[in-house]
Amino acid sequence: MTRRLKLTEGTLPVLVVLAILLVALAFAGPAYSEPAGYLALLKRAAPLMILAIGQYFVIVSGGFDLSVGSLVTAEVVIAARLIDGDESATAWVLLFMLGFGALVGLVNGLITTRLLVPSFIVTLGMLLVLDGAVFLWTGGAPRGALSDAFRTVGRAGFEVPLLGQVPWSVVLLAVIVVAAVFFMRGGTGRTLVAVGDNETAVRLGGGRVERLRTLAFVLSGLSAAVAAVLLGGFAGVSAQVGDGLEFRVITAVVLGGVVLGGGRGSVVAAMAGALTLESLFSLLNLLGVSGGLESAVQGVIIIAAVAYASVGSNLFRHKVVNQEKTHEKETAAQQ
Amino acid sequence: MTAIADRPAAPQRPAHDRPKWTQKLTPVVSVYLALVVLLIVGSVLVAVDGGTLLDQGGILNILTRSTTLGLVAIGQTLVILTGKLDLSVAYLIGLCSLIAAETMAGDPGNIVFAVVLTVAVAAVVGLVNGLVITRLKVNAFIATLGTALIIRGYLENGYEGPAGEVPRAFQHLGYDRIGPIPISTLLMLALAGLAWWYLGRTRGGYHIYAVGGDEDVARLSGVRTQRTIVKAHVLCSIAAGLAGIFLASRLGSGAPYVGTDAGYDLESIAAVVLGGTLLAGGRGGVAGTIGGVFILATLDTIFDDLGVTPFFKDVVRGVVLIVAVALYARRQLSRRGK
Repeated sequence: MTRRLKLTEGTLPVLVVLAILLVALAFAGPAYSEPAGYLALLKRAAPLMILAIGQYFVIVSGGFDLSVGSLVTAEVVIAARLIDGDESATAWVLLFMLGFGALVGLVNGLITTRLLVPSFIVTLGMLLVLDGAVFLWTGGAPRGALSDAFRTVGRAGFEVPLLGQVPWSVVLLAVIVVAAVFFMRGGTGRTLVAVGDNETAVRLGGGRVERLRTLAFVLSGLSAAVAAVLLGGFAGVSAQVGDGLEFRVITAVVLGGVVLGGGRGSVVAAMAGALTLESLFSLLNLLGVSGGLESAVQGVIIIAAVAYASVGSNLFRHKVVNQEKTHEKETAAQQ
Repeated sequence: MTAIADRPAAPQRPAHDRPKWTQKLTPVVSVYLALVVLLIVGSVLVAVDGGTLLDQGGILNILTRSTTLGLVAIGQTLVILTGKLDLSVAYLIGLCSLIAAETMAGDPGNIVFAVVLTVAVAAVVGLVNGLVITRLKVNAFIATLGTALIIRGYLENGYEGPAGEVPRAFQHLGYDRIGPIPISTLLMLALAGLAWWYLGRTRGGYHIYAVGGDEDVARLSGVRTQRTIVKAHVLCSIAAGLAGIFLASRLGSGAPYVGTDAGYDLESIAAVVLGGTLLAGGRGGVAGTIGGVFILATLDTIFDDLGVTPFFKDVVRGVVLIVAVALYARRQLSRRGK
């Protein structure tokens, strides 16, 4: 394998699981015998994958963002109210949504880094504030409607020979993935991982720890805004659109082998974790597993995945795990 | 202006140089002071609105709200003190309310068995949480989130609404009171006292602080850290199970989502943190937690009396949480600065 193709440590297992699931899908459902089936899967998974990228930035730098689910709901509800069916409003509302997402991230980041409140508490507070504020503003039920132009990104696509219809969301996803990969390979991205690994070392090395961690939250807020555009287009306006997304996306990121507490894991793996989760749900659906059991399976899977990652590697790489432990201890102490 | 100019270095001043009264202002003292201030401000606000906050009904309201949250938060305190956290309590409460109500099935003869069975099931869930965290080395956040999802799957699969029936005799637990104080609140406070005694006066309690302070140091000092963590999780789940039993007795039946609708998972963590316990573990206690619980319950009651919409409550709750923890963090910062 050439150096350029080398994957970040810990990425391979999730890719293997994902490959197995995709093959299983091909056997389980006739829809997956053509590229269109997989494109539809990607389209469904795109919002979660984009959220996973944002959450990855926060988790790898040693934090949590529990506010993304309520932020997605807030964005969709705000967009519907502001656009209210008016096509000409689409452009500035999209800009407003990105700005709002970034602002929420900025507030999360500043409170975490400047007031030294653990990010778990900050984003939990933000979750409560957002949930409350949006519904206070809308009077309890979302009003207004999204414009057709707004909904295009989430639900429409364009025709390509051989592939069939390619959804716009998949194109957007591809662009964001490439941008995220380049970001993580650059100096800022590398330092961000280093912050999660050993904050003190980065600080002594002259890195701006506070600024980097705040940036992670801003990126997470932006990803929630983009995910809201896709979900709003795909599923329409509802007050439940972001429900439970925060835990689902943390599940996805952890499934991708990203270590809670920071410092380990790749952005591609985090995204693959999201796609794996979504493929798993599609497969369970095809196999006729009811909705209730779906969450039970999700629970077993994440425990098993994390247990495999920590105990499995313990058997082979005693030394590395010990180092990991001490570094987890440090990040926990800092929180 | 002049006051500020006179003491330019006040924030940087080391702890032992600060005025004596601020040193006495531990988180526990501050949380109860905040509670008193809240009660006074709330009484005034409600009075201006034309009502009374602390009449018989108001006190009853605050205490009843505090009872369930208090039970969950006492358990959560033990877990958070070891440096972990438990996200599975909300679904566990629903599950336990169902087990209690379905086992009783309206027959007073089954009460004892039902309570024992419910507590046992809760203890097993806590045991699983603890073992997954210590033996399989799964991060507590993920382990208990996983448990929560598994219980949720079971509930969603098997139940659509309330089930089971609690006999009249058992509903006394939920509704009887001495003067304005519900018996259940006294039981909750007794449990808090027990936890306070356990944490502050017994070897097991010291071990919990030791593990939360630094797990490696505790292990090297001969503390059985894994056993301590498992114990904390079992006790936490039992406390949640008791909350489920109490809710079943109030409702007259079991309800699958009674715990999650009230958000007891995040709410109990909020109460613990509001009470001055460090989320990273090792410092804090039950006394502060109970203060935090009373603050949250009082806020809720004040808003109800003022007719504020439930959504505004969430906003305030979020802001209070962030501000309180930010204040604690500042104190630690100034202490560390010396």
